[in-house]
Amino acid sequence: MRNIFLFLRRYSVFILFLVLQVTSLVMLFSYNRFHHSVYGMFSSEVSGDINRRVNNVEVFFTLKKENDRLRDENASLRSFLPSGQMLPDTGYRLQKDTISIDSALQTRQYQFFSAKVISNSIFLQQNYLMLHRGSDQGIQPNMAVVSPAGIVGTVVGVSKNMSTVMSLLNKQSKVIAVMKKGSGLGEVSWDGKDPRYLQLTKIPKTVVVKKGDTVVSSPYSDRFPPGMPIGYVEKVEQDMETNTYLLKIRTAVDFYSLQHAYVVRNLLQEEMDALKKLSIKE
Amino acid sequence: MNLVIKNTIRLILMMFIQAFIMQRIPPLHQFIVPYFYFAFILWLPFKISRMQLLWIAFLTGLLVDMFYKTPGLHAAASLLIGYTRPFLITLLLPKEATEWGNQEPTQKNMGSVPYWTYMVFMTLLHHFWMILLEWMQFGSFFYFIGKLIATSLLSLLLILITDLFLNRNAKLR
Repeated sequence: MRNIFLFLRRYSVFILFLVLQVTSLVMLFSYNRFHHSVYGMFSSEVSGDINRRVNNVEVFFTLKKENDRLRDENASLRSFLPSGQMLPDTGYRLQKDTISIDSALQTRQYQFFSAKVISNSIFLQQNYLMLHRGSDQGIQPNMAVVSPAGIVGTVVGVSKNMSTVMSLLNKQSKVIAVMKKGSGLGEVSWDGKDPRYLQLTKIPKTVVVKKGDTVVSSPYSDRFPPGMPIGYVEKVEQDMETNTYLLKIRTAVDFYSLQHAYVVRNLLQEEMDALKKLSIKE
Repeated sequence: MNLVIKNTIRLILMMFIQAFIMQRIPPLHQFIVPYFYFAFILWLPFKISRMQLLWIAFLTGLLVDMFYKTPGLHAAASLLIGYTRPFLITLLLPKEATEWGNQEPTQKNMGSVPYWTYMVFMTLLHHFWMILLEWMQFGSFFYFIGKLIATSLLSLLLILITDLFLNRNAKLR
């Protein structure tokens, strides 16, 4: 017994080293997008707060660009205002809707929350954004994040007032996509090299693809609203081994200067999940 | 100045530089990533005990991990150099570590050859462990070697610049 204590005392530094080393390795290898440890919650509240303060300064440098973008969006929204629309032809006869059920609630599938981007990285292999909105404001994991220009990513971690978003520029990110012209279901991922380009695979060679074609989110995705732009085809390559293309696409969103984003909530998500679970069981 | 206060200020400054300047520099290449924070552990005073050194190294790593969103990666690497540091210093220096008092490793009091041997070895060790752990998650062998060499050179350059800039070679009383 005494020898054990002597041993422990003599090698205490080495033992502490081993314990801490194992702790950090466990933390590293057990961390992924589905695993939100206590550390993750705590650290995103702390670093999120510091990030927010630094961001307050950084915002000034991109104000002009951001202003232009908002003005563009305002202009496109303004065109939908009633004052900008033509009145319907009065030659039509007015028919009263005989169905008395309010169907407005049921047709609305997506709800948009605006959120400020308080930290953003694009130069790492696994890039995440942080938004200044969290569970207190109705954000939940797995919601989609979009910007006026296109898709940004998916919410993976939520704390009280912040949420982390796995952007498209992440090696773990996979998004189902279709070509706007001529359909063809594919998968968008990132190879970790250049933050301006994404990879689109699994588009069959039967679809005609040209440089400049738009890639949009698929109607089969349960998170993203269908038809949001993901990118534009930059280079078409034939994959010799399979019957599909390897496409290099330019991102629709400018990840370099992202300041605002919208979090999208799919109001039918729960119902879809429940149905999915039911069919798997049977 | 009090050693604790001085090193705390240094830690805060280096974290700020690492998290808000180094992390946001547009990269020249996939292999070249600026890492600088670990010099804090290398510049701690000689007389610090091995237990304290381990805890400080581990917590410094965790702090960087918070901003890089990689829990454990930097902590593991800086813990390793924190553990190896006393051995290397005993090897390189003739005197006992306790005789140095409050001094910290600089080019002047260690001599330039031992000082740079110490810096180069520690940088390589830190990057080796960190990039090896990264490689286990993705990448190829070529990625590992290329990133190790390029990133280590850049880190050493940054340390050299800081050394010259802060004039750390001036005598501490």
